Amino acid sequence: MSASSSAVTGSRSAGPPWPDASSPGASPSGGPPDFAALEAEVAATRRRRPSGWHLFLAPVAAIMAFPFVWMIITSVSTLAETRRFPPQLPHAIQWHNFVDAWTMAPFDRWLLNTTIVATAAVLGNLVFCSLAGYALARFRFIGSGAAFLLILATLMVPFQVVMIPTLLIVRGLGLIDTLGALILPNLVTPFGIFLLRQFFKTLPVEIEDAARIDGASRLGTLVKVVLPQMKAPLATVAIMTLLWAWNDFLWPLIVIQSPNQMTLPLGLATFQGAHFTNWPVLMAGTLMSQLPMLVVFIIAQRWFVQSLSVSSGIKG
Amino acid sequence: MDASTTGPPTGAAPTPSVRRASLWERLLASDHLAGWAFTSPAMFLIAVFGIAPIVWSVILSFQRNNLLSGGTWIGLQNYQRLLHDPMFAHSVRLTILYTALFVPISIVLSLTVAVALNRKLWFIRLYRTAIFLPVVASTVAEAILFNWLLDPYFGIVNVVLVKLGLPAQSFFQNPSQALYCIVAMTVWGWLGFCVIIYLAALQGIPRELTEAAEIDGATRWRSFRRVQLPLLGPTTLFLVIYLSINALQLFDEIYVTTRGGPLGATTVVVYYLYEQAFQFFEAGYATAIAYVLFLGILLLTVVQLLLGRKFVHYRS
Repeated sequence: MSASSSAVTGSRSAGPPWPDASSPGASPSGGPPDFAALEAEVAATRRRRPSGWHLFLAPVAAIMAFPFVWMIITSVSTLAETRRFPPQLPHAIQWHNFVDAWTMAPFDRWLLNTTIVATAAVLGNLVFCSLAGYALARFRFIGSGAAFLLILATLMVPFQVVMIPTLLIVRGLGLIDTLGALILPNLVTPFGIFLLRQFFKTLPVEIEDAARIDGASRLGTLVKVVLPQMKAPLATVAIMTLLWAWNDFLWPLIVIQSPNQMTLPLGLATFQGAHFTNWPVLMAGTLMSQLPMLVVFIIAQRWFVQSLSVSSGIKG
Repeated sequence: MDASTTGPPTGAAPTPSVRRASLWERLLASDHLAGWAFTSPAMFLIAVFGIAPIVWSVILSFQRNNLLSGGTWIGLQNYQRLLHDPMFAHSVRLTILYTALFVPISIVLSLTVAVALNRKLWFIRLYRTAIFLPVVASTVAEAILFNWLLDPYFGIVNVVLVKLGLPAQSFFQNPSQALYCIVAMTVWGWLGFCVIIYLAALQGIPRELTEAAEIDGATRWRSFRRVQLPLLGPTTLFLVIYLSINALQLFDEIYVTTRGGPLGATTVVVYYLYEQAFQFFEAGYATAIAYVLFLGILLLTVVQLLLGRKFVHYRS
């Protein structure tokens, strides 16, 4: 995540990275651009009409979607059907491939483990990054500058540099081959602190001062007054942490050995090693492992899209 | 000084009834305690899993360490060995080649797709979903999927090639093709992310600007080239830096598809590092490699930022 070095050299004093509230499509709260409203606005001025762009977009979209389509088709084929040359659509839908994959490997356990690790990482990041980011944005306290510098320093160091010492530390804590090894180092990300700090700084301080004068504590002000204004950046931290924790591979590969402690990506990689040529079952397993995220994405596509674009604005 | 302890600023002598706050009370009223109360959970985790590993990794890179017993100090030998390690030089060349292909292809393709998607068309939602979908797929699932698509014997891509009258290929199993297959696969995996970022930036450009250019008689292409493209400068710079950093750290896809092979044709730097650390148990040497990688990432980022300063004239 060292991309943010750009943000270090060019300190941003401007507002949030999305277009300000006066531009078309921005939501009234000054949140991220509302794609639906934007589309409606564009539609009002530019009617849908046949366009040459389809000749470009249709093949691109087909190529992008094809691997998923092929995964689904293979996952309901028989092994013989996948070995036919040229391949054909399945004769009858073979649901048992999913049952086979489920019984051949502890997919339920992997799903549970991944959910636990990702949930802990998301909650940890939301709580700890909010607290630290708010303090660094608003409070003047001894050592705040040094703390911020240390956070920026860890932000720039690639994971491979700290990988082996972190392994030794986790081993020292007796956490090797446990979910704790996957959770603890991911509870806080320097990027989350940095991103939230930047957004806290853009909020008007007067509302917080008023809450303080009314007798609210520092924590009460943060929770009741400030965080409700931070929904979009908090969603960004949550979604980026979720994507990271759900798909992380290298770190689990190093610290987890027993199948019962694996997360989905690591489990899937070992599953491939064990059933390398049984493509229908392998594709059924892969599809099952990706299904939760794909469903979440299709339901919450707008939030995903907005959140990822926020992350570029803060760094760019 | 906190306002509550200093009294009215009128220069009048404080009345005896106003008791001077004790040191403890002043500390409570100030930000120092609150600041550290808010930041300490995050700082504790960052100290243990961020700062400590960074310091430790410096020491480790000057040691011969097999991860089991305490290491022995060997000074700069790891770094000297790196200079004369032909396999390491090979991995650096491969990583540079990969990055030099992956980043420009991703940028050009995603910009084109984003421009195409930035309009009202039939099926636009379908196009967007198809193109964004790989964003949530894990790198492991992506790699397994491409193992199947590019399977030399039963993979669909070879079927299509043969149908078109072209010779079947062996893709990941051919030393002269494997790296290019990895490029194609990762471009597929990253395209959605890049398009999301570009699309958000495009929708942030006020339409008045492109409309003004078109009223002034600029063709669509000229208005894109002279108005939109310069305004996308900061976004392009962000994507180039972000993609480069990720490209230099390529690992998951290599591990799942080729394991660095065939014949070392895809042994990129991080895969080589992984082999050194966890197959040959050369933790000190692996950490030295990680530091060289860190240096490479820093250098490339600085160069890109400097070039960006020269060519990018707008701030996001």
